Amino acid sequence: MRRLTIAEAIREALREEMRKDPNVILIGEDIGIPGGWGGPFTVTQGLAEEFGHERVIDTPISETGIVGMAIGAAIMGLRPVAEVQYCDFLFCAMDQIANQAAKLRYMSGGQIKIPLVLRAPTGATGRGAQHAQSLEGLFINISGLKIVAPSTPYDAKGLLKSSIRDDNPVLFFEHKLLYGSKGARKERGGVELLGEVPEEEYTIPLGVADIKREGKDITIVAKLLMLHRTLEAAEELERDGISVEVIDPRTLVPLDKETIINSVKKTNRILIVDECPKTGGWAAEISAIIVEEAMDYLDAPIKRLCTSDVPIPFSPVLEGYVIPTKDRIIQAVREMLG
Amino acid sequence: MIELSREKLLLLYRQMLSIRLFEDRVYQLFLLGMVPSTLHQYQGQEAVAVGVCAVLNRDDFITSTHRPHGHAIAKGVPMKRIAAELFGKVTGCCRAKGGSMHIGDYSVGMLPAIAIVGSGIPIANGVALAFKLRKTKQVVVSFFGDGATNNGSFHEALNMGAIYNLPVIYVCENNFYGASTHISKVMKLENIADRASAYGIPGVVVDGMDVLEVYRVASEAVNRAREGEGPTLIECKTYRYSGHSRSDPANYRPKEEVEFWKSRDPIFQFKKKLLELDVLSEKEDNRIRSEVEKEIEEAINFAIESPLPSPEIALEDVYA
Ligand SMILES: Cc1ncc(C[n+]2csc(CCOP(=O)(O)OP(=O)(O)O)c2C)c(N)n1
Ligand SMILES: [Mg+2]
Repeated sequence: MRRLTIAEAIREALREEMRKDPNVILIGEDIGIPGGWGGPFTVTQGLAEEFGHERVIDTPISETGIVGMAIGAAIMGLRPVAEVQYCDFLFCAMDQIANQAAKLRYMSGGQIKIPLVLRAPTGATGRGAQHAQSLEGLFINISGLKIVAPSTPYDAKGLLKSSIRDDNPVLFFEHKLLYGSKGARKERGGVELLGEVPEEEYTIPLGVADIKREGKDITIVAKLLMLHRTLEAAEELERDGISVEVIDPRTLVPLDKETIINSVKKTNRILIVDECPKTGGWAAEISAIIVEEAMDYLDAPIKRLCTSDVPIPFSPVLEGYVIPTKDRIIQAVREMLG
Repeated sequence: MIELSREKLLLLYRQMLSIRLFEDRVYQLFLLGMVPSTLHQYQGQEAVAVGVCAVLNRDDFITSTHRPHGHAIAKGVPMKRIAAELFGKVTGCCRAKGGSMHIGDYSVGMLPAIAIVGSGIPIANGVALAFKLRKTKQVVVSFFGDGATNNGSFHEALNMGAIYNLPVIYVCENNFYGASTHISKVMKLENIADRASAYGIPGVVVDGMDVLEVYRVASEAVNRAREGEGPTLIECKTYRYSGHSRSDPANYRPKEEVEFWKSRDPIFQFKKKLLELDVLSEKEDNRIRSEVEKEIEEAINFAIESPLPSPEIALEDVYA
């Protein structure tokens, strides 16, 4: 089967949905400029050429304006895919996201719907604290938003197509170090990620986790870059006879609790690895679910391996220290298995 | 032309040269893989940082952007501390926590640079408010790009600066591009300075390639601010020679445009003027250059020889 990068897979999803549905439009900074970048990570390259500047809308640096305009257009039945260049800039548009996109349908008693996708690159790449946050976990606290976080090209394409067709606001987080270097900006420390993506059309429903590796001794739940570090760790642990089951939730909201709980019932141990900060984070939510719904199956305390509760520091040595690594995942598993 | 002493003229020249040669050197080292991350460089815009900061006192403040190296040098952040920060070394001005986009040094009046476009402008107002309440006669300059003026922060801040009559100078470096986007695609006005009228403050356009013009306009604005007459918006028309960041080949710019602006190079023009005025000779120029080069090499060596931070310091500085 042919292999694509995540950037290519996302581009293909956008192209297919735009060909199929004239209501799908793109809104963002530097996404369609001739001779330009196709967005900060090349994802929209070629789309302005194919669909024109009416549907690939380059904007000023106006995040509130971008998200607000996308919301209004969505209410009127367009299907905007808006984007910010780094997810840190979601904060600039926080009112539109949290008070408007997430709530207008509810407040209207269900009169309107907001079929909007907001793409946001997440994760740390050595640029310092304002270009480094992993914010996908934070947004699960705002009811009314769906949160998607794909880790492979196959998942990215199928989930983006479903997100565009979904009638709700979807925040779609892409990890900067997973875009893959082919056709995308090469980031130091990036994963050379090519994945199989079939030619035929497919979608992946939101709310279905994927067991990325089967195992019996311990369950690890991880997403985005941490999923890949976990898979590497699992490979190494296997050589020592430790069998790790790795679950990729793929969407944080809605969350496929069942797959995670069933896995815990089988392995009786769970480690959550997350690039979001530990306190009040996504890993805490997963832990709480396990305590509430599968406590009796646990043979060891739940463990969270998360980014330290600090702004992400600049220097590579410091950044490396605060974010979970393969070695720290391995160490945590060994500790849990005694 | 404004009256400036020979020493002051030569200082302006030396500072512009320092920024240019520092940026060029850092770029070489970046290509060698010695500088982590990416860089947003300042070559071409030197007259703005230098012309403005030359008007300021050490205890006046500036806020800066993702493109802060020039502002930092002009405001007097020691070059070796800047270099060390870029290299991610513990001796850097922000202890290796900030990096290229967050260079700053409180002791010389530079807040850590702010890389969220537009976000430094309201903060500059707050600094100005403190000066105003304490009646210190200090002023603050907020540097930002053309792109920032399309962001809500800019508009909220200008209005508030205006109504509270704050001692702040808004310096917009209009280099005609926000990332890859030409200003004509995202703004209908010809001059950003016209936006000042919406807030009832003066707006001035100045040739940002002419350090003396920048100095003259900045002096007026700073005097106004010190006298309690409130803010000014200064738009400096300028150009960045490099791509937006060092991974940007800038293919969206016509070659002729780049050539046009390079033909108006602020350092070359100023040197010509100084030669004409007999303030500078070729010999003197060579001497200044080699002094500047020496300072840069010392700064770079300091950065290279400085230790990396010990990883645990990542957990420090979160709370006061
Ligand atoms: C709020 C926000 N949106 C987007 C970005 C990404 N970004 C960084 S610099 C930049 C362009 C800024 O243009 P301008 O203000 O003209 O400054 P210049 O780079 O030309 O110095 C963009 C879009 C950002 N840092 N912050
Ligand atoms: Mg600009």
